[in-house]
Amino acid sequence: MSVSAQGVQAAASPDSGTTDRFYPARRALETVAGPVIALALAALVFSLFLLALGKSPSQFFQLMWLGAFASSFSLTNTLQRAAPLLLTALCVAVPAQLGLVIIGGEAAVALGGLAATLVPLLISGPPALVILLMGVFGIAAGAFWISITGWLRASRGINETVASLVLSYIGIALFNHLVEGPLRDPSSLNKPSTYAIGDANMLGSLPGTDLHPGLLVGFVVCVLCWVLIFRTSLGFSMRVTGGNLRAAMLQGLPVERLILLACVIGGGCAGLAGMIEVAAIQGRANASLIAGYGYAGILIAFLSRQNPLVIIPMSVLLGGIGAAGGLLQRRMDLPDATVAVLEGFIFVAILASDTLQGRFAWFQPRTKS
Amino acid sequence: MDSIATVLVAMIAGALRVSTPFLFVSLGECLTERAGRINLGNEGVLVLGAMVAYATSYETGNPWAGVLAAAFAGALLGAIHGAICSLARVNDVAMGIAIMLAGTGISFFFGKPYVQPSAEHLPTLPLGFWSSLPNIRSALEVSPLFFLGLAAAFALHWFFRTTRIGLRVRIVGDSADAARALGLNIDRIRLLATAAGSALAGIGGAFLSLSYPGSWNEGLSSGQGLMAVALVVFARWNPLHCITAALIFGAAGALGPSLQTVGITQGYYLFYAAPYVVTLLILAATVRPGRSLRGMPGELSIGR
Repeated sequence: MSVSAQGVQAAASPDSGTTDRFYPARRALETVAGPVIALALAALVFSLFLLALGKSPSQFFQLMWLGAFASSFSLTNTLQRAAPLLLTALCVAVPAQLGLVIIGGEAAVALGGLAATLVPLLISGPPALVILLMGVFGIAAGAFWISITGWLRASRGINETVASLVLSYIGIALFNHLVEGPLRDPSSLNKPSTYAIGDANMLGSLPGTDLHPGLLVGFVVCVLCWVLIFRTSLGFSMRVTGGNLRAAMLQGLPVERLILLACVIGGGCAGLAGMIEVAAIQGRANASLIAGYGYAGILIAFLSRQNPLVIIPMSVLLGGIGAAGGLLQRRMDLPDATVAVLEGFIFVAILASDTLQGRFAWFQPRTKS
Repeated sequence: MDSIATVLVAMIAGALRVSTPFLFVSLGECLTERAGRINLGNEGVLVLGAMVAYATSYETGNPWAGVLAAAFAGALLGAIHGAICSLARVNDVAMGIAIMLAGTGISFFFGKPYVQPSAEHLPTLPLGFWSSLPNIRSALEVSPLFFLGLAAAFALHWFFRTTRIGLRVRIVGDSADAARALGLNIDRIRLLATAAGSALAGIGGAFLSLSYPGSWNEGLSSGQGLMAVALVVFARWNPLHCITAALIFGAAGALGPSLQTVGITQGYYLFYAAPYVVTLLILAATVRPGRSLRGMPGELSIGR
C-alpha cells in the first residue's frame, strides 16, 4: 500500500492535470482518521490494562465521561484545565510552521506569570488597566524568552530544540531565584511566592458561569493564529520556509526575521498562559506555575499536527482526562496517576499513527486517465 | 575560612552523590545519540528505574536485584521508544516527551504502594576511613554505583573507539547513507542503542531510590533525564567527558544545599543555572550557520 509515483507527482502540483474534486475531503478524512483510530487503539490497550488489574473498563470510561463533561461543574473543571494548554501548544505550533521544534514553553509560562505579578507592584490604577498591563508584561516576558532561542537559531544556526531546552532550565532557575529572593513576599513561608496581585486585579468569571475569561482568550488566540498561518501572506511565507528553506531563501523571504517573529508569537502565547494562571487562579507567582503545561503543550501541538484549530479539541480532551482524575480515584480506588497512564498511552499511540500518513493510495489525489 | 571548608566538603560530597544519576543518564543518552537518535524519554526511564529498583529491593531484600530490574525496565521502555521511532514520519523529540510522560505515569501508578515502606539500600564504600573528621567521613561515603558509572564511561569510550559494533553504531549515527551502503540494519542498531542507553538511564534511576536521596516518591527526579541532553552537548558526545559534565552539573546542583549549611539561603539558583549557561556558550561559540557542533553525530535530528 505505498504511494504511487503518479500520486506523489499530483500532490506536488495539485493544479496541473488534477481533476480530483474529492481529494481535499479525502485528505481531511485521512488527517482525522489516523488520530481517531489511534485514540480508539489507546483506549483498547488501556482497557486491557484495566482488565488485567481487575477493574472494569466500562465503569472507568463512564466515570471519565461523568468527571470530564457530563455536568456543568465537571465541564468547568475540564475547560479550566484546557485553558493554559491551548496557549502552550501554540508556543510549539507557531514556530513549527517554520520547521522549528521548540520545547522551552515551560520557562516562558513561569516567566510570563512572574512578569505579570510585577505590574501591581509598579503601578496602582483601575483594575482594567492593571490587568491589561499584566497581559502585556506576561506576553513580553514569554516572547523575550523564546525569542532568545529564535535569535540563536536565526543568527548563529544553533539548534532550537537544544537551545530552548537549556534556556528552559536557565529560565526556571531565574524564576526560582527571583521568587525565593528579590521578589519574595516574606509572609509566604512554606511555599515561596511573590506578592499577591490583589483580589481587585484578579480575572473574574464570565457572566453566568464559573469559567474565567482566560479560556475565551485561549480560543480567540488559537483562531487568530490559524488565520495568521493559513489565511495571510505572512503565514504563507512561514509555511513556505518550513516546507523548503532553500526555496524560501531563493524567493527572498526574510527567513531570519520570520524565525524570530514565530518565536515571539509562540513565546508570547506561553507567557500569556502564565499571566492567565496567575490572574485567574493562583493570584501570585510560585512553583505552581511549573506544572508541566509546557510539556503537555508540546504533545498537544504534535497531536494536532501543528494546526491551531485542532489544538482546541485536543486541549479540551486532555483537560477532560485530567479533570476526571479525582472522581476516578474516589469511585474506583485507582491511584491518581491512572489518568497519566491513559494520557501516556494516547500520546504514544497518536504520535505513532503519524507513520500511517500518506501510506494509503485511496487517500491520494487521482488523475483522470 | 572554616565555613569555606565546610561548603567545599559539602559540595564535593554533594557532587559525588548527585553526579551519579547524571553520569548514568548522560552515558545512556550519549550512546543513543551516537546512533543518531535523541531520547528525551530518558526522564521517564529514570523515574521508572527508580520505582522498579525500589520495589524489587523491597520485595526481594536485595538492592542489587533492584539495580538489575531497573536496567531491564529501562531497556524495555527504551526499546519501545526505539521501535516506534523506527517508523517513518515519527518525530523522535515528540515521542521522547510522550515516553517521558508515559514512563512517569506508569511509575507513579505502580509505585503508589511503595511510597510508605522502606526498602534495603545499596551499601556505600567508606572512602573517608583515613580521616577523623566526621563530616569528611560522611562526605566520602561513596556509592559503588559511582565507580560502576566511571567504569561504564571508560567501557563506552573503548567500545566506540576500538570495537566493530561500536564503529557500526558510529556509522549509523553519522551517516545513514554510508550505513545503508555497508548493508547495516540501521533501525535495528538504533533500537539496540536506544534500549542499551535506557538501561544505563534505568540504573541512574536505581541510584536515586536506593542510594541518594534513597527513597521512592513522586518528586524524586528533578529532571535529570531531560538535562542529560544538555550534558551530552556539554560533553560533546564523548563518554569520558560525560564524567566531567556529570561532576560539574552535580557540583552546581549541590552548591545550594551546601551553602544552606552555612546559612546562605539565597542566590544559589543562579549557580545552579551556571552549567546550562556554559552549555549555551559552548553551543554559541562552536556552531556557525551551516556547520554543526564538532563531535555531533550527523544523523541527529537536533543537529539540523
